[in-house]
Amino acid sequence: MNKYMNNNTGEMAKYEAVIGLETHVELSTNTKMFCGCALSFGAEPNTRTCPVCLGLPGTLPVINSKAVQFAIKTALALNCSINKSSIFHRKNYFYADMPKNYQISQYNRPLASNGFLDVDMGSYVRRVGITRVHMEEDTGKLIHTGSSGRISESDASIVDYNRAGTPLIEIVTEPDIRTPAEAKEYLIALRNIILYLDVSDCSMEQGSLRCDANISLKPAGAKSMGTKTEIKNLNSFRFIQRGLEYEYKRQAGLLEEGKKVLQQTRHYDHLTDTTSALRLKEEAHDYRYFPDPDLVPLIMDKDAVQDIKREIPELPGEKIKRYLEVFGLPDETARLIASDKDTAQYFDRCANILGPGKLKAAANWITGDFAAYLNKESLKIKQSGISAESLCSLIEMIEGGRISSKIAKSVFEEMAQSKKEPQDIIMEHNLEQVSDEGELSKIIDEVIAANDEVVQQVKDGKDKAIGFLIGQVMAKTKGKANPALVNGIMSKKLKK
Amino acid sequence: MKIISLEQASHVAKLAELELSSDELDKITSQLDDILGHVAKINEADTEGVRPTSHTLDTNNVLREDTVKDSLSQEDALKNAPQQSGGGFLVPKID
Amino acid sequence: MQLNFLTAHKLKKMLEKREVCASDIAASIQESCEKLQPKINAYINFDKSILQKQAEEIECYIAAGGKLHDFTAIPVAVKDNICTHGIKTTCASKILADYVPVYDATVIKKLQEHKYVLAGKANMDEFAMGSSNENSAFGPVKNPLDLQMVPGGSSGGPAAAVCAGMAICALGSDTGGSIRQPASLCGIVGLKPTYGLVSRYGLISFASSLDQVGPITRDVTDSANLLSAISGWDQCDSTSINTGKVSYKDFLVDDIKGLNIGVPKQLMAEGVDSQVADSVNNALEMAQHLGANIEQISLPSLEYALSVFYVIAPSEASSNLSKFDGVRYGYRNMQASTLHQMYRQTRAQGFGPEVKRRIMIGTYCLSSGYYDAYYEKAQRVRTLIINDFKKAFEKYDVLISPTSPTTAFKIGEKTGDPLSMYLSDICTIPVNLAGLPAISIPCGLSSENLPIGLQIIAGTLREDLIFKTAYSLEKAIGFNKFPLHLYE
Ligand SMILES: [Zn+2]
Repeated sequence: MNKYMNNNTGEMAKYEAVIGLETHVELSTNTKMFCGCALSFGAEPNTRTCPVCLGLPGTLPVINSKAVQFAIKTALALNCSINKSSIFHRKNYFYADMPKNYQISQYNRPLASNGFLDVDMGSYVRRVGITRVHMEEDTGKLIHTGSSGRISESDASIVDYNRAGTPLIEIVTEPDIRTPAEAKEYLIALRNIILYLDVSDCSMEQGSLRCDANISLKPAGAKSMGTKTEIKNLNSFRFIQRGLEYEYKRQAGLLEEGKKVLQQTRHYDHLTDTTSALRLKEEAHDYRYFPDPDLVPLIMDKDAVQDIKREIPELPGEKIKRYLEVFGLPDETARLIASDKDTAQYFDRCANILGPGKLKAAANWITGDFAAYLNKESLKIKQSGISAESLCSLIEMIEGGRISSKIAKSVFEEMAQSKKEPQDIIMEHNLEQVSDEGELSKIIDEVIAANDEVVQQVKDGKDKAIGFLIGQVMAKTKGKANPALVNGIMSKKLKK
Repeated sequence: MKIISLEQASHVAKLAELELSSDELDKITSQLDDILGHVAKINEADTEGVRPTSHTLDTNNVLREDTVKDSLSQEDALKNAPQQSGGGFLVPKID
Repeated sequence: MQLNFLTAHKLKKMLEKREVCASDIAASIQESCEKLQPKINAYINFDKSILQKQAEEIECYIAAGGKLHDFTAIPVAVKDNICTHGIKTTCASKILADYVPVYDATVIKKLQEHKYVLAGKANMDEFAMGSSNENSAFGPVKNPLDLQMVPGGSSGGPAAAVCAGMAICALGSDTGGSIRQPASLCGIVGLKPTYGLVSRYGLISFASSLDQVGPITRDVTDSANLLSAISGWDQCDSTSINTGKVSYKDFLVDDIKGLNIGVPKQLMAEGVDSQVADSVNNALEMAQHLGANIEQISLPSLEYALSVFYVIAPSEASSNLSKFDGVRYGYRNMQASTLHQMYRQTRAQGFGPEVKRRIMIGTYCLSSGYYDAYYEKAQRVRTLIINDFKKAFEKYDVLISPTSPTTAFKIGEKTGDPLSMYLSDICTIPVNLAGLPAISIPCGLSSENLPIGLQIIAGTLREDLIFKTAYSLEKAIGFNKFPLHLYE
């Protein structure tokens, strides 16, 4: 971290960063925004196109109702107000990945505006204002010929329009973000919410979640805004933080030298971990936005919005709150579970089966041995093959004293391997804990009889020696004896 | 008074991706000037408090179900392509 | 009378009685096309083998007991901006000279359900921009009634084809008068339906908020029947209206007693040729005799209509025509070494002068700093025009005006002066801006024997009043003019 960085650890920062993010999310509808083509990833080029999304002459767009629902759902989850009337505009510019040389997007009458997202930074919460959430269509993809695959070095490119027309939502924040770390946490929180809503797979590698940032610096405490730069290609959580850190450093360096920051669009290169200015186009952008005359307005009445609101599941923030306040889970455990939708759903199912007395055991399993196993095998909880019901019966057996926690670990391992029910595993290997006092008493008597010396030590007051005797009982029962019970009976017998 | 200058017309031609020779540009600029001069008549209309009309329909919320329809074959998609390569539309060096 | 000069409804009766067969009709059209195409140039793409093949298929269909629809076996000329699957659709532009659509326009699908015959793809002004059909990359169309004269535009080809007996009827498109004005100049019937009544899917857009497909026919009855055939809600067009199935021929009633007719003085103003005004006034007198009430009215905002149109239409067009860039289809300049150079050269060479002019106007009107003063201002004035019409239709059933201020003018007469050409559409443009239905029917001949057209305008979706009025006046006027001299 360089000397200018405001890292919120008490170090005096000379410059304060003002950061805003624009995030594009590809919605996981069945079909594209304005036509019936299936969405595709990895399909053969130009096999998911039709006259509409190829922009063939004479074709017209028709809005996908599911895309609108998904967009509204997202906007509501980000605390936005849904605008009663919104319209689509055309954004006009020529580029080869644009089938019509205009993009259907929303402009001055977007679907939703004025929301916020609270970003938990551990020691403080940053409330990031959401300026707007709007819908638009994605572009096609360019494949640059030549060995490097770089645009600047190829003589020609090939266009694949499979992605063209994929429904996108764009989420624009206010310039409320103050550090690169906050930007990263904002994006993590945003992604998590969208995953909870199940409206996008949010894969940054596959480009279904893409982020651009703008950043300017101002002297700490100053009111006036500095000149901002826009940074493109921040397509991982790491890159967004690294890119903004680099840009902070660069701008601060310029200001220190008394130079001006130029208003630019810059590209982040993760290989060199630097940003560089994109070549300025001869013509400044003039998108000539105007209402798309091929489409009619969207009018959202309160009832329709309410219906969609009802479909919104409990979101991560609310979940954490419930885990802390109602379930009494430790803070870290609560956050860990809520940070993954499937894990949280799994846990909620366990909590439901087990009830308040035992749900903490489930939380411990899920964040402990279970998580370690998934991590080792690189699996998602859904892929584990262990149902919440199975895990719960395992927990019930431990809590009910039927098996020891030590045996439980090996039972769990076998569950993971064989996908068998814990009940069956225990039966098969005869692992049930021996809690029969008569049976245990008999074994204890045998151990006492066979260890005169140790027994004498215990009777002489060497309390520790009792551990050896209990160990002998456990060995004889192959670990199945209920240790607490053995301890009790043993003590009683030796005190006689 | 001229409404549109040669420089403006040249800028507009660039936005519209039209290559015009200087003769063409001269001619089209003066024609544009005539037409825009005529069109300026709309400024005489009092539109205080009048909403703009994008189209004459009073319909809204025209939506379709999210149901997959057949796409074109790659062959049909590329049928009219001036140049193609590897299943894609071939374009010259991107500038 | 030759078969090719009959109406579709007359031919249907003959088909029913087995007095003719599909091949007879096709042969008659083919013969006239072979004879007249070199003189008139009504078609861009006319293929006699396809005509015969279609006719044979329909004979089989009829022989197998297939139902005779209104347009079964009827050769229809289709304006070349309406997409036909597997058949070249050029928009009369070099940029689409070899373009073969991979889908059919909705109106074509509807006519296919009728087992119609595609007579050919008709000539037009490039991208429907023009009023004389001189802006075609495939040469101008001549007016069949006087080969020195223009047929009007932009649907000059469809109108000339119907007029000359090279098709029984035709589909045109109308953005500012492109169906009605050529119908008027060729002495036939042209209808622009209410915006949204006919699907635009497959019509290559000029100005999306103004474009409508409509019938060009020999009489009002065919117009009503053809509208019934092509209208209706289309899920592929978000701007299409769902009216349910309407049979427009039910409105063909010869009775206009008590009908209130308004005559907007702005559409009878200076610039309207006196012969045209006289002829329209004659027809109005006839209407009065038939019991209609005629009153002159004023729609003050109509004086802005032409200006509003020449902002809105080019603005929408500049965006609609962006897709013609040489990447996915159409002409491409192969010499260009970079993408943007290719765009600029392709479009410079692919588009004709009028199209470029309108792209330039539209791009300017939408560009940063001018949008509010031009595009948005025009949209506000458009609201005033709509309101004026609404007010008029509170009192009047229909409005009547000339269709075109003049009869057909000489080829080349207005090509040097775009503004004077734009004035040809002064009476028709307000109707598109308000999305209303209007028809042009012939109402007389000038001293030069050129036809004069009369326009009947009604309120939104009041095609019933249009057909009732047009049908009654058609009977009263008894216009009857065929270019039979061409066959001598
Ligand atoms: Zn598609």
